[in-house]
Amino acid sequence: MADLKVTVAGVELQNPLIAASGTFGFGREFAEFYPLRTLGGISCKGITLKERPGNPPPRIAETPGGMLNAVGLQNPGVDHFIKKDLPWLREQGTAVIANIAGNTPEEYCEMAEKLSDTSIDMIEMNISCPNVKQGGVQFGTSCTGVESITAAVRKHCQKPLMVKLSPNVSDISEIAAAAESAGADAISMINTLTGMRIDIQTRRPIIRNNTGGLSGSALLPVAVRMVNQVYRRVKIPIVGMGGISKWQDAVEMLLAGASALQIGTVLFSDPYAPVKIASGLNEYLDRNRIAKVSDLTGQVQLW
Amino acid sequence: MKYDVMLCKITEKKQLTGDVFDLTVEAGPLAEAARPGQFAQIYVPGKTLRRPISICGIDRTTKTLRFVFQIRGEGTAWLAETKTGDSLDILAPLGTGYDLGDTRRKAVFVGGGIGVPPLLEAAKPFGENATAVLGFRDKGNVILKEDFEKNGNRVQIATDDGSCGHHGLVTDLLKDLDFDIIFACGPTPMLKAVCKLAAERKVPCQISLEERMACGIGACLGCACRLRKDGREYYGHVCKDGPVFASENVVWEG
Ligand SMILES: Cc1cc2nc3c(=O)[nH]c(=O)nc-3n(C[C@H](O)[C@H](O)[C@H](O)COP(=O)(O)OP(=O)(O)OC[C@H]3O[C@@H](n4cnc5c(N)ncnc54)[C@H](O)[C@@H]3O)c2cc1C
Ligand SMILES: Cc1cc2nc3c(=O)[nH]c(=O)nc-3n(C[C@H](O)[C@H](O)[C@H](O)COP(=O)(O)O)c2cc1C
Ligand code: FES
Repeated sequence: MADLKVTVAGVELQNPLIAASGTFGFGREFAEFYPLRTLGGISCKGITLKERPGNPPPRIAETPGGMLNAVGLQNPGVDHFIKKDLPWLREQGTAVIANIAGNTPEEYCEMAEKLSDTSIDMIEMNISCPNVKQGGVQFGTSCTGVESITAAVRKHCQKPLMVKLSPNVSDISEIAAAAESAGADAISMINTLTGMRIDIQTRRPIIRNNTGGLSGSALLPVAVRMVNQVYRRVKIPIVGMGGISKWQDAVEMLLAGASALQIGTVLFSDPYAPVKIASGLNEYLDRNRIAKVSDLTGQVQLW
Repeated sequence: MKYDVMLCKITEKKQLTGDVFDLTVEAGPLAEAARPGQFAQIYVPGKTLRRPISICGIDRTTKTLRFVFQIRGEGTAWLAETKTGDSLDILAPLGTGYDLGDTRRKAVFVGGGIGVPPLLEAAKPFGENATAVLGFRDKGNVILKEDFEKNGNRVQIATDDGSCGHHGLVTDLLKDLDFDIIFACGPTPMLKAVCKLAAERKVPCQISLEERMACGIGACLGCACRLRKDGREYYGHVCKDGPVFASENVVWEG
């Protein structure tokens, strides 16, 4: 039995597999399948300062090797999360990460302050949601934007702060460096890649929002490449995600430079995927006589 | 257990029309937990998303579930190619089904095309108190008529071209019927007309909706539908709050 424990920004996870924000709700629906303590952690559905109704349907379209979504950050607001969801999540025996999004730097700061007074383990700052007009993505696509918002939130945040990056940028390693220099404790990446699908009968985009975020297997090589670029640029740990659907993908992402992983879209075809990936990872480590999973991080040998 | 994933062996497979198929699977605890109007998410190899298909029949003694589906694209085409003895990877039972209430009431079950299957199990306990009013394109597309008759239900058919039963819409047939409650599933224009009629007659009406789905369990918020509660509108979710809704709670958009 290899050691699957990892530490990200001072938070110890019993294994590197975290449920990805927006694919796992606040955990209750998946607790029907297995105890949530089998996961390293849960990144909760993105929350905003005030409740948000979300986008009109259809919000989903299947794509080759993945899917588009434009949920539009439907959520009950940070206060509701703290009162109604966090106490239950806290009892599940796994790390709890709050994923926050805002329209203004002040909103991010206010949420970070509120969450700093709770038992949350980490805050993941989503500055990369492509599906709402002001979903933070305007902060996430320029170095100055990332630097100023990270620095501002840092001042109000007493918890480990992870910044989630958008792949819809020209040089992601510069963006990561900006977050690091402004005080981020970790990077999570990647969020979805903006896409569109068109119904050829009606000549309308399938998604009512016209565009949506691409997730799933199709994203894996892009995510692996970007994680490796960022790994070589920054010192803070990276939580890697984007299309991980089996243990082999998880190993790839770790080798590219991730210290922990988030698992999203594969949950829709197989809700048990994180459990299977954890056991596959363990067997891989044992077979290769690797003592701990953290020994894989960044070990790709580039040509 | 509310729902779970299970490999279910196909015990029976029939073709009902040119593009509609009828599958029965051994589903053990999933069959025991299932209620009429709930649905299953069926895995299709190589696809990111499972396909939602309504539960058409529940047999608690043989612990089997029955699905009736139409080929609409790659996923359902794959499903149509499966054979008796193959196994399907099924996540079920999902959602909130029909609230049958007092089955001594006079009920009418209104189905249109491939919307008919989820009504069959719900109509069973009503026996002769139920009338199934089923609409199809033409005679060749009529499905499940004998199955409703086996339930003891009265059956009336309407076809678009008049090749079977009434020439016209199911809502024409409703005008001459007397009933205490409506259960409906079918295309949106039909559902809208049925809801309007229910409101006029002041009878309760439960309808089953469709939306594109990812998780199927209420976690991803992908399958939004516009609902109304206490005068306030909001986005609910077909996979968890539905697929069956009280007609007065549904807000029709666009
Ligand atoms: C709750 C519910 C119950 C259903 N019950 C039945 C049933 O009993 N029998 C039956 O024949 N059909 C039923 N449907 C419709 C069925 O899910 C679609 O026909 C099927 O998903 C099409 O998949 P495909 O791969 O063949 O088509 P494609 O068009 O290739 O599918 C592409 C994507 O769009 C989705 N999609 C396409 N059409 C629909 C639709 N109408 N509703 C939801 N998602 C759709 C697919 O799931 C897939 O993700 C039901 C749908 C819902 C939501
Ligand atoms: C339906 C859906 C909703 C999502 N919602 C959020 C969200 O609220 N906040 C966020 O930071 N990321 C959100 N994401 C992005 C995922 O967390 C993840 O970054 C992305 O899907 C790539 O990983 P995957 O391919 O494993 O799904 C969402 C993804 C999906 C599919
Ligand atoms: S499909 Fe995920 S919430 Fe309905």
